[in-house]
Amino acid sequence: MKVRPLDFEKPIVDLERQLEELKKHSKLQGVDLEHEVAAMERKIEATRKQIYENLKAWERVQVARHEQRPFALDYLSLAFTDFTELHGDRLFGDDHAMPCGLASLGNYRCAVVSHQKGRGTKENIHRNFGSAHPEGYRKALRVMRLGAKFSLPIVALIDTPGAYPGVGAEERHISESIAVNLREMMLFPVPIVAVVIGEGGSGGALGIGVADRVLMLENAYYSVISPEGCAAILWRHRSHAPEAAEALKLTARDLKELNVIDQTIEEPLGGAHLDHEKAAANFKTAVLQQLDELNKKSKKLLLEERYQKFRAMGQVLEG
Amino acid sequence: MPIFQKPTLKQGTNRKREMPEGLWQKCPECGEVIHNLELSQNLKVCPKCDYHFTFSARERINNLIDEATFEEFDQNLLSVDVLKFTGVASYSERLESYREKTGLKDAVVTGFGRLGGHDIGLAVMDFNFLAATMGSAVGEKITRLVERGTKAGRPIIVVTASGGARVYEGMLSLMQMAKTSAALARHAQLRLPYFVVLTNPTTAGVMASFASLGDIILAEPKCMIGFAGPRVIRETTHQDLPPGFQTAEFLQRHGFIDIIVRRPDLRTTLTRLVSHLSSR
Repeated sequence: MKVRPLDFEKPIVDLERQLEELKKHSKLQGVDLEHEVAAMERKIEATRKQIYENLKAWERVQVARHEQRPFALDYLSLAFTDFTELHGDRLFGDDHAMPCGLASLGNYRCAVVSHQKGRGTKENIHRNFGSAHPEGYRKALRVMRLGAKFSLPIVALIDTPGAYPGVGAEERHISESIAVNLREMMLFPVPIVAVVIGEGGSGGALGIGVADRVLMLENAYYSVISPEGCAAILWRHRSHAPEAAEALKLTARDLKELNVIDQTIEEPLGGAHLDHEKAAANFKTAVLQQLDELNKKSKKLLLEERYQKFRAMGQVLEG
Repeated sequence: MPIFQKPTLKQGTNRKREMPEGLWQKCPECGEVIHNLELSQNLKVCPKCDYHFTFSARERINNLIDEATFEEFDQNLLSVDVLKFTGVASYSERLESYREKTGLKDAVVTGFGRLGGHDIGLAVMDFNFLAATMGSAVGEKITRLVERGTKAGRPIIVVTASGGARVYEGMLSLMQMAKTSAALARHAQLRLPYFVVLTNPTTAGVMASFASLGDIILAEPKCMIGFAGPRVIRETTHQDLPPGFQTAEFLQRHGFIDIIVRRPDLRTTLTRLVSHLSSR
């Protein structure tokens, strides 16, 4: 699979081109350039490392949106086993932007809810670019209720630019579908782990994001508004998105500091899109560790701690 | 998708010269020029076309709560510029200017009081303060009110208005949705009634949390209610929006709103509902 490079990866692309040249030259001329090739490969890795260790918030947003990044269904096939998809909200329809079902992670039988984006136009239209409608949130609620009923831990994979802003979504009360999930997720007497695997777009992300543990992949972002939207409002132009991304504190590192998330899951160097298997393995290790910890808690303690976790969010000054 | 809007004060600029400053208001719906005194006496409802002007939190409390029974909570709770946010204007500056302009510390007033003789907890959002966007202070005050209500076994009434999340507070703002909904989950577990009154406009993050969770949801006539802003919807879908889209009447037709109540009738309607759902 040819991986599309991002703008800020140009130095890597240039070096990779030079590497190709070297290899071609070596082959055509029959010269042994083994040392040069090895040196160049080291240089590429070092450059990649240098770039990825110093990613700006806006650059991370680009990585989080990369079309070849592993999506929810990739994790469901690589990290989970026995995924059985369950369709429909039993009220209106089946939302393809929100695959839900039963799956096992290690020894845990789980209920899984997720956002799914598509690769390419056709798939993206099918998945509505990962933007769910009310029926998606209501399907997720139905499947999470199954989890609660049959004592299955709930795993939520978050990857959405936001809930869908459309006429049908408003007619069927997208706000209500999210609000009800926020309330109900607070009360499910089973462990809940939410992982932001790519884009954590505002209320649409939070709609399946009330959990005992909230994890984020290293290059994922989670934000109250898209950087472009924020720039349009507070800077009066979308071109200020990079500044907005920085100001919003939307990276895993920032959100860990603000206690909005509990853990960052490391990605393969150069982003999860370069190595799906490794990304899925890291995901699996992290989520299993959290489930092991949560599984030891009584239902009462679990619910009390979940309440207190969200109760503590925000900062105010007592005047 | 939260939107953040500056409150737009509509003025009939062409007639401004003829009107003494601050004495008259022009109805944005029918164009009627109304004397402020008359407008106040009519609960800020246009006597000609029934347009409901923005009601401040104080006005609302005076209108709803039995005289001298309101005990305000957390009056001095302040938002903090945690992210040190500076866009075109800095968050701290904006907070300062709105505090000065409105006399409020933030966008919601909360407290206990009596409504037609019933003990209730009340929160009223004030759109004049930064479009009543929800930051940590708004979320915290509503959460504390609901928790106090849960403890005291009181019904809760929230009169909403909001442009959505307080973008200046980033994710801490978004998390207020979860926090307020969590408090309401516990309130509901004790089978205590929760009433929502939607007023113009209630949108985005507030709509997608406590504003949608009422056991009974009321709305003022013609108020704008929605998740995404109409401009965003139009730009995303390239679709024409149906007439009356995102109004109280539209939402009632689509099954969301229990009763649309005119402002002069709100007190009576709420009293009757509270009485009906209260234990004993």
